[in-house]
Amino acid sequence: MKYQSQLVAKPYFIAALALFFGQIVFGLVAGMQFLDGTFLFSAAHFNIVRMTHTNLLIVWLLMAFMGAAYYIVPEEAQTELYSPKLALITFWVFLIAAALTVVGYLLVPYAHLAAITGNAIVPTMGRGYLEQPLPTKIGIVLVALSLLFNVTMTLIKGRKTSINLILVGALCGLALLFLPSFYFPEDTVKASYSWWWIVHGWVEGDWELILGALLGFILIKMTGVDREIVEKWLYIIMAMVLISGLVGIGHHYYYIGAPAYWIWLGSIFSAMEPIPFILLIAFAFKMLFQRRREHPNKAAMLWAMGTPIMAFLGAGVWGFMITLAPAQYYIHGTNFTAAHGHLAFFGAYAMVSMAIISYTMPMLRGREANSVKAQHWEMTGFWIMVLSMIGIALALTGAGIVTAFLQRSGADPMGFMQVQDRARVFFWGREIAGASFFTGLLVYLRSFFIKGEYQYTGEVKRALAT
Amino acid sequence: MQEVFTKSMARNIFLGSAVFFLIIYLALTYDTWQQIPVRDHADKMTASVIRGKYLVDTNDCIGCHTINGEGSYYAPELDNVYKRRGPEFIKLWIPAQPSGVVGRRQMPHFNFTPAQIDDIVAYLQWLSNVDTNHWPPNIEG
Repeated sequence: MKYQSQLVAKPYFIAALALFFGQIVFGLVAGMQFLDGTFLFSAAHFNIVRMTHTNLLIVWLLMAFMGAAYYIVPEEAQTELYSPKLALITFWVFLIAAALTVVGYLLVPYAHLAAITGNAIVPTMGRGYLEQPLPTKIGIVLVALSLLFNVTMTLIKGRKTSINLILVGALCGLALLFLPSFYFPEDTVKASYSWWWIVHGWVEGDWELILGALLGFILIKMTGVDREIVEKWLYIIMAMVLISGLVGIGHHYYYIGAPAYWIWLGSIFSAMEPIPFILLIAFAFKMLFQRRREHPNKAAMLWAMGTPIMAFLGAGVWGFMITLAPAQYYIHGTNFTAAHGHLAFFGAYAMVSMAIISYTMPMLRGREANSVKAQHWEMTGFWIMVLSMIGIALALTGAGIVTAFLQRSGADPMGFMQVQDRARVFFWGREIAGASFFTGLLVYLRSFFIKGEYQYTGEVKRALAT
Repeated sequence: MQEVFTKSMARNIFLGSAVFFLIIYLALTYDTWQQIPVRDHADKMTASVIRGKYLVDTNDCIGCHTINGEGSYYAPELDNVYKRRGPEFIKLWIPAQPSGVVGRRQMPHFNFTPAQIDDIVAYLQWLSNVDTNHWPPNIEG
């Protein structure tokens, strides 16, 4: 860590992991409600548990991205952060707003929450991922503006590297793409069409650029490869993201009431969406093989290499399986989509967040890398979480296929609830894999409580002895 | 290789493709915007339909259900529920929740007035007539 102000990233990362923990707890409850429909029904209906699960996901990822920005931008710009104090105030505003929102979800009936927060004046509530009441949404905009002001001012007074320009540019995009959440037309088809500007715009566009910038930064630091090479790769990957993804948004428009030409356009362009992820794998491993140094933080390297692979699997492979219009005709709106959502969000964005946390946290705590023992726990957590998430995705895929066969096709299709009963074994599989994921998370979090730093001399001795 | 293909060339490809495909998307969106009101019979969006939609949104129906495949996969599709169940069934079903059957997925009780339920049914009727390119594949949604 070169600049004192980078320390402001630390509370962001700690809060991110705490919220991640909360997200998984609510995920387990939601999964249980698939098995026992009356489980905790009087305390929290499924929709409340689900929105808490997904909203915590978004908030913790944003926390991690912001922490990453406050760490990376000063280091790349070679100057202190413009205002660490503002960054810290922003942190508390964001955390308290997020906590109040969750409390609101859990304690106040949703329609009542809408009534007391001015939803009648500017309707924004009741869309997936955007369930937040109006004051929270305004709060998110203010937090984003504060972040953008802070990092832009830092960038202006410092060195303008491509990594920094990409990162700050993508953060501007993130904020801009959130603005359509204030536009909720009365026409359901228009509402659905524009909802994807935010959701697709984030996860299949802008966030991929953030992912690229974070991964690029980690690889420059850890491998010592010339940044010109890294940045050239990033521009090509990002170009492919936009070439495939901008019109590729059409894969959300097949069956929502939009014109039929989206069936062709969406299929053709979104079929190319795996390409940037393939390039990302090639890039990451090329950098690994060309490394000019051995970084002692093996755990961070594991996350950095795991991210493109799992992102390709979740976003690329699982995304491709549901993207072509004839396939989507049968699996649109089934748990197949949920399988893709879980694996892609985890593989791309949760993992890149943990990669940057893994790389930076030891330094934020005053050491280059953690002790071998701590890294061992962290890497064990990595494998348990990764394998469990693949298990969750496979189980949900099974449930989706059951729906496709029994409810969506055949001469005598079954009703929804009947089909859900047939898919029960897969919901069990998901919940068991979910419990396993939770175990992996505990192992991962445990690694942060193992003290000590990486000992070069001890490791050299050990290597010589074997 | 490095000299032939420089970083600034890569950056220009990125910026160029971003602008090019954004313009294409905006043009397509303009055309879609003209077509949507025809495809979803926007002229039939009465005050009752709009009130019904507001109730569906502010009670987070898509937190369990899907509408045109979007939402959650905990409860049935609402796009064609009007055709699947009919208005009378829906009017009786909503106020009768939760069923209280042990282990079965429960739908909350919403305290809707009869007029509000009429609005929701009006919205669901409108929804069932949107041209969604023949989706869902059958009446079960």
